[in-house]
Amino acid sequence: MVDFGGWELPQQYSSIRDEHFAVRKAAGLFDISHMGRFRVSGDGALEYLQGLLTNDLAQIGPGRAQYHLMCNEDGGVLDDLVVYWGEEDFLVVVNASNREKDLAWMLGHAPSGVDIVDRTFELALVALQGPKAEAILPSSGVADIPYFGFRPGEVAGTSALISRTGYTGEDGFEVFVEAAQAGEVWDRLLEAGAADGLLPAGLGARDATRLEAALRLYGNDMDESVNPYEAGLGWTVKLGKGDFVGRQALAAVKESGPKRALIGLTTAPGDIGRHGAVVSSGGRRIGAITSGTHSFFLGHPIALAMVEAASFRVGEPMVVEVRGREARAEVVKLPFYRGSARSAAAAKS
Amino acid sequence: MADRRYSKTHEWVTVDGKNVTVGITDFAQSQLGDVVFLDLPKPGRKLEAGEAFGVVESVKAASDLYSPVGGRVTAVNELLAAKPELINSDPYGDGWILKVELAGQLPELLDEAEYKKFAEAAGH
Repeated sequence: MVDFGGWELPQQYSSIRDEHFAVRKAAGLFDISHMGRFRVSGDGALEYLQGLLTNDLAQIGPGRAQYHLMCNEDGGVLDDLVVYWGEEDFLVVVNASNREKDLAWMLGHAPSGVDIVDRTFELALVALQGPKAEAILPSSGVADIPYFGFRPGEVAGTSALISRTGYTGEDGFEVFVEAAQAGEVWDRLLEAGAADGLLPAGLGARDATRLEAALRLYGNDMDESVNPYEAGLGWTVKLGKGDFVGRQALAAVKESGPKRALIGLTTAPGDIGRHGAVVSSGGRRIGAITSGTHSFFLGHPIALAMVEAASFRVGEPMVVEVRGREARAEVVKLPFYRGSARSAAAAKS
Repeated sequence: MADRRYSKTHEWVTVDGKNVTVGITDFAQSQLGDVVFLDLPKPGRKLEAGEAFGVVESVKAASDLYSPVGGRVTAVNELLAAKPELINSDPYGDGWILKVELAGQLPELLDEAEYKKFAEAAGH
């Protein structure tokens, strides 16, 4: 068990390697109930979220989810989150480590008439991720749920919100249920998938799969000192939608071009570049690794690094600090691995 | 089979005359998580007792390995280069790491019961 944003979570249930392969080849079941969940409601809720977040909700509608950043006035990333547009309200899912900060920020910006309620401790959230997720999920009609779509339904006899989203690069579902039913739903899902190779998966497999898919981890790959363009998430910033917090600063960054870029690096087996490891090119320090691990699935280490923007070129050799010595690295295209998740373009709409 | 003795840095040794086999304990491998790589010395290297002789990389972190005994490395487990996961699956068997020819006295090490107590305290 490890501490993760104040929650005690398992690094692994059996082995990170086995759990990682299960997610890529069959399916893995993650307990992600630590994620913060806020209900946003009231007549001005849509307008409020449009003015607070970077992406454009006008491009979706009820029954759809959208990935957003929440920035401060300087354009620094406060958090990355997913907004679920429900029939009567919005559900906002944020990082566990930022829940209290986000709630204070959101309350501080809310006009009268907009209600924000922290439902984190009432709802459980489990993620069934992998190419066999659709076949395993014991709920009728889930095949009709589009990527980044969601709808109410029943899972293992329990009322649930079923969403075709995830953090692994694979197709799959995130299932919201009342906390009291979580244990039952967890057990029933594991039973339903046992024959297909479903394994319960911990933080280790979650980190490895999200990193292969080049999905950013808040606190590692970005924080308030990083703007969305530097993090390679400019596609989530819709400058044309009207005013929102940070818009002016972000328009200026877009105009002048970001000074740094998040790039992908690979190294030889054994040379794992860890968070904070110095990255150099031509004998000059150009940045540092933000996330790094050994990819069992790809058979070599992978890393994201934040470097000076001008230094980024696919195929270029770089040098990474590993255990106090210099190791060779190569710039590669992101993501490191493209899983079964439905068309990434749909997520970016 | 010879009695296993344990260090407070979570290595184990078995001693057969001057021949000492070194590995890491089951507790150590469980704390490290999945091992992905080992950086090990070449045979012939001389080690002091307590000297760092290599590194074990797991998914979580890189950790130094310490030799519980002083002596000369006579063999390195070559299976580990291709199958570092042997450290996890068989830490006291096929996951052995070094064979060392003991120089001088065998240092004071923990027995099974003492180590068990020590590891339990470290695990909480």
